[in-house]
Amino acid sequence: MPVRELDGRPVWQRRTTRRQWAIWAGWLAGVMLFVWCWKLMTGRTIWAFVWDAPRQAADIGSRMLPPRWSYIDKLLWPLWDTLNIATLGTLLGIIIAVPVAFLAARNTTPSALFLRPVALFIIVASRSINSLIWALLLVSMIGPGLLAGIIAIGLRSIGFVGKLLYEAIEEIDESQVEAVRATGASGAQVLDYGIVPQILPAFAGISVFRWDINIRESTILGLVGAGGIGLQLQASLNTLAWPQVTMILLLVLGTVLVSEWVSAKVRHAVI
Amino acid sequence: MLRLDNLAKRYKTGDHALRGVSLEVDRGQIVGLIGPSGAGKSTLIRCINRLVEPTGGKVYLNDVELTSMSGADLRRVRRRIGMIFQEYALVERLTVMENVLSGRLGYVPFWRSFLRRYPQADVDKAFALLERVGLAEHADKRADELSGGQRQRVGIARALEQDPELLLIDEPTASLDPKTSRQIMRLIREICEERSLPAVINIHDVLLARMFVDRIIGLTAGEVVFDGPPAELDDAVLTRIYGAEDWTAMQTAAAEDAEDAEDAAAAHGGHVRRAAEGERPEERLAGLA
Amino acid sequence: MSTAAAGRRWRRPPVLIQSRRTRWLVYGGLLIYLALAISTVEVNWLRVYEGLDRGWRFAQGFLAPDFVSRWKDISQGLAESLTMTVTSTVVGVLLAVPIGIGAARNVAPMPIYLFCRAIIALSRTFQEVIVAIFFVAMFGFGPFAGFLTLAFATIGFMAKLLAEDIEDIDEAQAEAVRATGASFPQLINYGIQPQVMPRLIGLSLYRLDINFRESAVIGIVGAGGIGATLNTAIDRYEYDSAGAILLLIILIVMAAEYSSSHVRGWVQ
Repeated sequence: MPVRELDGRPVWQRRTTRRQWAIWAGWLAGVMLFVWCWKLMTGRTIWAFVWDAPRQAADIGSRMLPPRWSYIDKLLWPLWDTLNIATLGTLLGIIIAVPVAFLAARNTTPSALFLRPVALFIIVASRSINSLIWALLLVSMIGPGLLAGIIAIGLRSIGFVGKLLYEAIEEIDESQVEAVRATGASGAQVLDYGIVPQILPAFAGISVFRWDINIRESTILGLVGAGGIGLQLQASLNTLAWPQVTMILLLVLGTVLVSEWVSAKVRHAVI
Repeated sequence: MLRLDNLAKRYKTGDHALRGVSLEVDRGQIVGLIGPSGAGKSTLIRCINRLVEPTGGKVYLNDVELTSMSGADLRRVRRRIGMIFQEYALVERLTVMENVLSGRLGYVPFWRSFLRRYPQADVDKAFALLERVGLAEHADKRADELSGGQRQRVGIARALEQDPELLLIDEPTASLDPKTSRQIMRLIREICEERSLPAVINIHDVLLARMFVDRIIGLTAGEVVFDGPPAELDDAVLTRIYGAEDWTAMQTAAAEDAEDAEDAAAAHGGHVRRAAEGERPEERLAGLA
Repeated sequence: MSTAAAGRRWRRPPVLIQSRRTRWLVYGGLLIYLALAISTVEVNWLRVYEGLDRGWRFAQGFLAPDFVSRWKDISQGLAESLTMTVTSTVVGVLLAVPIGIGAARNVAPMPIYLFCRAIIALSRTFQEVIVAIFFVAMFGFGPFAGFLTLAFATIGFMAKLLAEDIEDIDEAQAEAVRATGASFPQLINYGIQPQVMPRLIGLSLYRLDINFRESAVIGIVGAGGIGATLNTAIDRYEYDSAGAILLLIILIVMAAEYSSSHVRGWVQ
């Protein structure tokens, strides 16, 4: 079979045949892995529930409509809290992420042997753990409330902003830095004139992008008690008040659309 | 003035970029450094202001030894050595004025440079220099809005803003068209004469070097193989520097290139007179290229 | 020449907003917002102070993690998370490819384009956790709901980026293939696939990574995976077990990133 596919390229024939077999073997292994994972995953699935799902969906759908419009009075304050969690959390994250990024970038780190791995670990640890998990931890430590949410968002943002920012720092044009250094500038001046102007647009874009993501994330932090509109969502779900759930989701949808629009505008303006 | 004493550089990879270069440059002298790529021209220039750390030998500027300096002392010396770069190396997202003023970074404290509150004397000097290089109206433009020739003029102004005692110039015309190249070289030459500034110019274009420098140094594989006035640079010497090649043919071709560019400018009719008078023709030439 | 310029003032031109009025308005508005926002954050400082002790215990648990006492729960949670990740990524990517092609303006006709864009918008609007709540309500607790959630989220993510990639391709290449008289599938196969394939593979690996991280979260609302185990451990203040789980998550993410950078280099 592989030979027929190689009609046009006789020179490469032998090597490609072997490669073709390797590719087939790779596909086979992939399919087997998938089937095995599927078996393992669905091992304890109760299929009766799955087949029942369309009926459940129809049931929930009919309960969700119409939305309870009047509930919006009780949602405005939590919405304000949600926005604050996202904004203040993003600010907190940025404040910590900037020095971490400079420590992690190969061309600005003061110590590639010691500080850089630490900075990279901070970044990967923060990135690996979702803000909801941070919130879970923080609520169990410092109690429920907005502060836990803000810190959770901040901790998650360090990794995101830090990673993208340090990559931007590593991509700068070194000749501009060299030119500034050649004027006899000190370290801080080289940073201010040679590096910061080059990464500023990327930095602004990254920050606004993360703020946009954080708005989405902060809508659910309330599920674990970390404040914001998620608290209302949790309460409505617990009492099976589906029309209220619809109202909350509509509000979340509107907020997300607005924040996406704002973030696109700002990113367009700075770049 | 500037004295190099047995300067050597060996990179970590084991490459010998410089093998004991010794030379002296006097006040007001313009030295052209020629040689094939990889001969160590760029390394030599950067060893003088120690953007590259030499591994052996010494550099003296006005009998002050530079190779042992560090920290603040080094920066104090660097600010007296102006440098002009290949591809301009402007900070592209800053304005022209900020780029020129950045020549004062070694003189002003951090807070002044951070808040852009430079002493009035520095600002005056910057405006005067912008006028000298013919960019007075462009002060508040961002550097990346300018054409190649204009950017290199900003680079020259930045280097002069440092009040240099020495100019290091790395391939100033590498990315410019032939006409603009000559204008830039002429400007550099005039400025050096006005201030009797010594300059070391790294240049790959032998014709340009012949036209604009007082003295030529040929570098091959990290060693000086020629040192003399441009008039002595004959085919035999060129072969010693670059290896065998048909030099007459090459020079004719280069001359034709230059003529082509002028023809092109001429084809643009009305602009040609102003271009000939050297009144910022780069934009038009850039448009042609 | 130099005297003409003497005494002339220079100030840096404003970077973003030219008009002084709007600049002050914008900056002032932002400051007022910040002051308001910070002032409405109510903090029970006594509770926070008490929490510092627990925070310290968590840090200790993180440094001296306990893998053993809850190993059975941890291993089962991890197995669920990993299998969920693999299956949902595969299914999600397979479904995302046709939708992504349909959502590229330069290859799809208008009605199909709008339809595919609608699917993408639907999938991207809501947080995975909210989607998971609904799937759990419909399909019951367990990893199957998690699988559906992640596959659904993968479709939106991959299809959007694939569509953007296809819209950004070098049209000349597609043009040349079209000029040979190729059919639509041939056009996709010859004119477009070679241009977008390396990035598609890279993005799939990235999504695999994201799906694993998300699989640790949706367990909190009952959709299976390591999240449920983690939730229990934190609820019981077993910070050493929680630390062990978090470390495992970090290690797996690091391994995934490391290997995916290799695969990416190998594909290109």
